[in-house]
Amino acid sequence: MGLVTFKKGIHPPTNKGLTASLPVEELPLPSQVVLPLGQHIGAPAEPLVEVGAEVTTGQKIAEAKGMVSVPLHASISGKIVAIEPRPHVCGSMVPAIVIESDGADRLTPELTTHPNLDELSAEEIKALMKEAGLVGMGGAAFPTHVKYHPPVGKKVDYILLNGAECEPYLTCDHRLMLEEADDLLLGLQALMKAAGAPRGVIGIEANKPDAIVALKKAAAGLPVSILPLKVKYPQGEEKMLIYAATRRVVPVGALPIEVGVIVNNVATAAAFGRYLRTGLPLVSRIITVTGKGVKNPRNLLVRIGTLVEEVISYCGGFTQAPGRIILGGPMTGPAVYRLDLPVMKGTSGILVQTRAEVEKPPVLPCIRCGRCITACPYNLLPNFLGDYAEHDKLEDAEKYGVMDCRECGSCSYVCPSRRPLLQMIKNAKEKIRAAQKKG
Amino acid sequence: MLETEVVVSPSPHIRAGYNAEGIMWVVVLALVPASVAAVYYFGWPTLTIILASIAAAVLTEAVVVTIMKRPLTIYDGSAVVTGLLLALTLPPTVPVWIPVAGSIFAIIFGKQIYGGLGYNPFNPALIGRAFLLASWPTFMVNWVWPEGALGWAKAEALAGATMEAAGTAADAVAGATALGLWRQGITGIPYLQLYFGNIAGSLGETSALAILLGGLFLLIVKIIDWRIPFTYLGTVLLLAFLMGEDPLFHLLAGGLLFGAFFMATDYVTTPVTPWGRVFFGFGCGLLTMLIRKFGGFPEGVCYSILLMNITTPLLDRWTAPKRFGEVKANG
Repeated sequence: MGLVTFKKGIHPPTNKGLTASLPVEELPLPSQVVLPLGQHIGAPAEPLVEVGAEVTTGQKIAEAKGMVSVPLHASISGKIVAIEPRPHVCGSMVPAIVIESDGADRLTPELTTHPNLDELSAEEIKALMKEAGLVGMGGAAFPTHVKYHPPVGKKVDYILLNGAECEPYLTCDHRLMLEEADDLLLGLQALMKAAGAPRGVIGIEANKPDAIVALKKAAAGLPVSILPLKVKYPQGEEKMLIYAATRRVVPVGALPIEVGVIVNNVATAAAFGRYLRTGLPLVSRIITVTGKGVKNPRNLLVRIGTLVEEVISYCGGFTQAPGRIILGGPMTGPAVYRLDLPVMKGTSGILVQTRAEVEKPPVLPCIRCGRCITACPYNLLPNFLGDYAEHDKLEDAEKYGVMDCRECGSCSYVCPSRRPLLQMIKNAKEKIRAAQKKG
Repeated sequence: MLETEVVVSPSPHIRAGYNAEGIMWVVVLALVPASVAAVYYFGWPTLTIILASIAAAVLTEAVVVTIMKRPLTIYDGSAVVTGLLLALTLPPTVPVWIPVAGSIFAIIFGKQIYGGLGYNPFNPALIGRAFLLASWPTFMVNWVWPEGALGWAKAEALAGATMEAAGTAADAVAGATALGLWRQGITGIPYLQLYFGNIAGSLGETSALAILLGGLFLLIVKIIDWRIPFTYLGTVLLLAFLMGEDPLFHLLAGGLLFGAFFMATDYVTTPVTPWGRVFFGFGCGLLTMLIRKFGGFPEGVCYSILLMNITTPLLDRWTAPKRFGEVKANG
């Protein structure tokens, strides 16, 4: 009651109890890591090393290529054994650097720390964001520094950190807020300085009261407020979070900067804080391994590039033949069909569903119940959009705002006829984009 | 490596815990009070009408989809709902072949001919009823009052004249519904009698109490949206008042409550947008009062809803909500 939120949305069971109270454990050093050069949105990084080279943990092994790109760092020490296409969560093979561990986890000697923000200018902080290999760690993996180069004349009022963690099952951000509050706040202050933002706000869904208390305590005296949010999906979607926190509405097709806000994930801020404090770039992250299909659900600190199979076997393996394996949360995470995929910077978890959970009754025709319309936080008409998509009526789909869909999946979730509305909508968007490129 | 196959499907990977089939059966559940009231007031034969109507609807659906080589859809509950709804709109005196004929027509020409569930523009049960009314009008207006329900009429007549005159008046009353009597200028049915439903009328429409039980249940479990029934009823109340009629009488008499909660809320044939639903309810209310006051029949709920069904696609288009962050033209 009285908590801020957005309009509409859905209330899926959160299922966070499996892991919410489990402290983060560090996964033992993996025997090898696979580091795709493209694990962020934008241009893939360019390798700086060759096969056979010895590398140390934290060493830059690939350089950002162009503006929308970030460098890549060795997440373990050892030998480069391959630079070749490897399976990627997108379904195809993507060039990756493979490092075989020497078991020593030797840190690179080049690490420099920047614990004192007063010694850094805004421009320097922006450069450090990129050097840290920082991307959005909530799932989108958009290079962080790009958000901090706004169009001239745009003022930033708030840095809004997304600690909503509205995806069911996931608890990695929850644990991070509890256990890494100091790094998180250091990172946030750095982000605020980079953007010239006078205030920081951390939005947290009210089902994480301990995180709210912990951060409030840690943020005492700082120009940072902790904002409890109503538990509702997709509370952590950028535009919905901004609306909940500031009542500002980001116009269709515009970026948050348009309303004076930059949004980052709490894990991104914490990773930046850790980089400033220790000099260690983004080489590890917290993930939640969970679901009925995993023997021992856990929150784990894993090196970027660790293979899913290694993570799962550390968690005791599967309870039974798995039904579906999802990288991330159940609402937006992609389902995968192999385990030799690496945990990437944007991977927030591994969810394993059982066979019983993935049974799929037949799809029925739309009965026009309107539940998708009641759910859609962007005020779209998913039933019609799905229909237009199905019948290739792309002009109608575009007219009714298909391109404004942010793919939260609420429509598919509520559909009593089990229609894959989001999938149909995504198809239409892809076709429209393809047509635009051609034209 | 994975030893077994896993499902790879687009997100989201979880679904709400209800489905279309479940919704249909909940609607059936919500119609139980009205059905029980029908049997209570009009006797066991009404149960035969209800069961025959449902059986005919389900069988017709099974035969049609089999001929069309479509998946067998009878378990989705929609044919049961259609058969039950149709039965509840019939007079209790109809021979048993009437609901059978109505259901067959409703399923074939009200639903399957358009492609089945989800594609029909008109409420199939109302199509069935309209067909019966046009084809066998004498059966469809043969009303009876539940036993002992005419006490109010005798009292009314007695107040004025001799015993003989009172008997004649009562006879005139016995074959008409409350709205039929109102058109003849005969009023005076106690509100409580209208509310409990021991009056003449279609099986499911007489008991306001039973309908409200089912309707409020559907509202509470969020299967129907309040917008259509509330604007529909509100419009009738307002117009009755403006026309100098008794609003409460118009609310309780006839098929208004039944239509507002169970017919005008049919998902497939009514608008999906919030404002579309408001306009739909308003249109139903307006047409209902116009037909009651000026039409050839004393009751207009069935045709009002069917007429408004026509406007559904248009209402949806006109009332598409403004997108989140949509910038106003010139704004």
